[in-house]
Amino acid sequence: MATRKPPAKPNTSKEELLTFYREMLLIRRFEEKAGQLYGMGLIGGFCHLYIGQEAVVVGLEAAAEEGDKRVTSYRDHGHMLACGMDPKGVMAELTGREGGYSKGKGGSMHMFSKERHFYGGHGIVGAQVPIGAGLAFSDKYKGNGRVTFAYFGDGAANQGQVAETYNMAQLWSLPVIFVIENNQYAMGTSVKRSTMSPDFWERGASYGIAGEAVDGMDVLAVKAAGEKAVAHCRAGKGPYILEIMTYRYRGHSMSDPAKYRSREEVQKIREERDAIEHVRELILQGKHATEDELKEIDKEIKAVVNEAAEFAKESPEPALDELYTDIYADTAPQNA
Amino acid sequence: MATEILMPALSPTMEEGTLAKWLVKEGDTVSAGDILAEIETDKATMEFEAVDEGLIGKILIEAGTEGVKVNTPIAVLVEEGEDADAAVKAAQEAAPAADADGKAASGGGSAPSAPAEPKRARPVAEPEIPEGTKMKSTTVREALRDAMAEEMRRDGDVFLMGEEVAEYQGAYKISQGLLDEFGSRRVIDTPITEHGFAGLGVGAAFGGLRPIVEFMTFNFAMQAVDQIINSAAKTLYMSGGQMGCPIVFRGPNGAAARVAAQHSQDYAAWYAHIPGLKVVQPYSAADAKGLLKTAIRDPNPVIFLENEILYGRSFEVPVLDDFTIPFGKARIWREGKDVTLVSFGIGMAHTLEAADALAKEGIEAEVIDLRTLRPLDTATVIESVKKTNRCVTVEEGFPVCSIGNHISAVLMQEAFDWLDAPVINCTGKDVPMPYAANLEKLALVTAKEVVEAARAVTYR
Repeated sequence: MATRKPPAKPNTSKEELLTFYREMLLIRRFEEKAGQLYGMGLIGGFCHLYIGQEAVVVGLEAAAEEGDKRVTSYRDHGHMLACGMDPKGVMAELTGREGGYSKGKGGSMHMFSKERHFYGGHGIVGAQVPIGAGLAFSDKYKGNGRVTFAYFGDGAANQGQVAETYNMAQLWSLPVIFVIENNQYAMGTSVKRSTMSPDFWERGASYGIAGEAVDGMDVLAVKAAGEKAVAHCRAGKGPYILEIMTYRYRGHSMSDPAKYRSREEVQKIREERDAIEHVRELILQGKHATEDELKEIDKEIKAVVNEAAEFAKESPEPALDELYTDIYADTAPQNA
Repeated sequence: MATEILMPALSPTMEEGTLAKWLVKEGDTVSAGDILAEIETDKATMEFEAVDEGLIGKILIEAGTEGVKVNTPIAVLVEEGEDADAAVKAAQEAAPAADADGKAASGGGSAPSAPAEPKRARPVAEPEIPEGTKMKSTTVREALRDAMAEEMRRDGDVFLMGEEVAEYQGAYKISQGLLDEFGSRRVIDTPITEHGFAGLGVGAAFGGLRPIVEFMTFNFAMQAVDQIINSAAKTLYMSGGQMGCPIVFRGPNGAAARVAAQHSQDYAAWYAHIPGLKVVQPYSAADAKGLLKTAIRDPNPVIFLENEILYGRSFEVPVLDDFTIPFGKARIWREGKDVTLVSFGIGMAHTLEAADALAKEGIEAEVIDLRTLRPLDTATVIESVKKTNRCVTVEEGFPVCSIGNHISAVLMQEAFDWLDAPVINCTGKDVPMPYAANLEKLALVTAKEVVEAARAVTYR
């Protein structure tokens, strides 16, 4: 991972830095709590944590406007928190409870919020990419000036449907930003071991799609790149690719022992490149807040997460008749 | 030596065509590759080239003649200096297949003929059509096009995308005229990327539009099946009811003719298996129209299975401003007391043919067209079996885990005491579709098999 170039004078404000700090910390504490609840058996199945990648969604959400859409894979908790979904509803979905965003029927990988324009939470690697282009298609059809962020990983970037989607998105000039969150490992397979042309963003060139690689551990760099991509899309110039170089500190899922990389590799990035530490330093250096004031924020975030966890534990399991609802939009089960 | 020029088969399912225009006249010299005529199939107007060189001795079929059967002699090619009339006479006498009026019997290698059109082209009860409604003879092809056009006029969020749907006017001419009326914003040619454009359609539906996604055939939808099942069918449930996917996936399904294993599969049972999908497979043009309009308005993903062989068939379609048919309602095409025959899609053609044959033997069959496979109108089937006490199901798909298997299970659970014989499932054979004409014929379900099954369950 390239070392971060320290900005001479960060193009930001006190408010923005504190917001970034707060939002990234919320994701990290939330995910730590989710890991803990998983260990207690309160969360089941697959649970993919976002720890380490927080700057990606927080930076890009800062570039989005109200009404813009987002869609992502199963590593989706961070995206939901960053776009303003309620941590209580997200955590309660993880525990499979009635108060969850999908009433407990979707789980960690399948959550949606029409209100926040969050279109999932998709469990099949790469499937969200054409769906993202389709969301952008609907916006272009309506001429409403909205853009869609279609997030996927370095693993999904090798899926055939991604290439199919690049072609159509450029052909039809769709306002979609393809966000490749390159955390360097597709489950246990490193980019080096799976990929012939490891600069994923350059693949857009064969379709005429503009793009760039971005330091994903620097939330300001992510936001700046996001603004550029959004402007490109809103100007009707078609899709844009952002390959955001990031890193996940935890395993692929909760059940991944992560033997494919060394402890030292992870430790080194945590110590030298952590996105939250970076913002914390900028805040302290710029004297935007004192250590004590930051501690106060930490406490607030912890309270929000604890409240979400309590809600997720207290919320009842879905009523048994929920088994047969929401299969069809107009009626209950039709084939019974 | 004179050679007869025969009416060519220009598509896998073509049985006859219109000789639209001659581009040569008697006495013209032609060489191989010269265009002789324009021939209109039900799908397109095609140019027809000479294979041999020679002189056009006689034109046997006038330009503008409709319904010229494949393999009918349409002209005679003679050699330079040969007496044209004598050569023509000799050629016609030499061709044993040609009968008195010049029509050739179909050759041994031609496509297996599609099931004959039944005499009774209208079902007995049509609750959706008010008494006295004017009817118009319409092909299934036109009915599907009309349904899309009407719904596109009604709702600006409806659009059509797929391979060759716009400028080519549809690979099977289903979308003919739609580009002209609705423009390229709403009638969209896609690249050949089924997985991608199916997913894009799903996203557009999530985004509030009402996509109609045409697959050139459902064989190709296998490339897109993840998006259909995992994204379209399951999202409403996974989102706790927040986000539905109002989309229609449509196109021809099942065997055409002589296109072999990868292009000849009936996917009805596959899709009917999936909760979250609605599955429609119409037989008549009226049902094709009324059900497609319902499908486009439905807030759920609908799999709309058409059939290439039926596209050119004409049926009476009611002339109504807004003719829709509800899902989940089977239609009784023929009432009878001796045996219930249950089918859908092209299986109905075999079934109605069989019912006619059975009637001659004194077996009165009740014929039920399921029309929609999910939701499935099992009540109508059960009611009928309570009357006839016997049931035969008919479909083109493979026998294992077929629609017929499911109906048999339902009857066993809910009408066991009324059954006087085991239910027989007539299906396609348990083999990939062969190419050879004789083997293909064997692989498909036939009216004869239905007749035999009906005899078996009635112990006659």
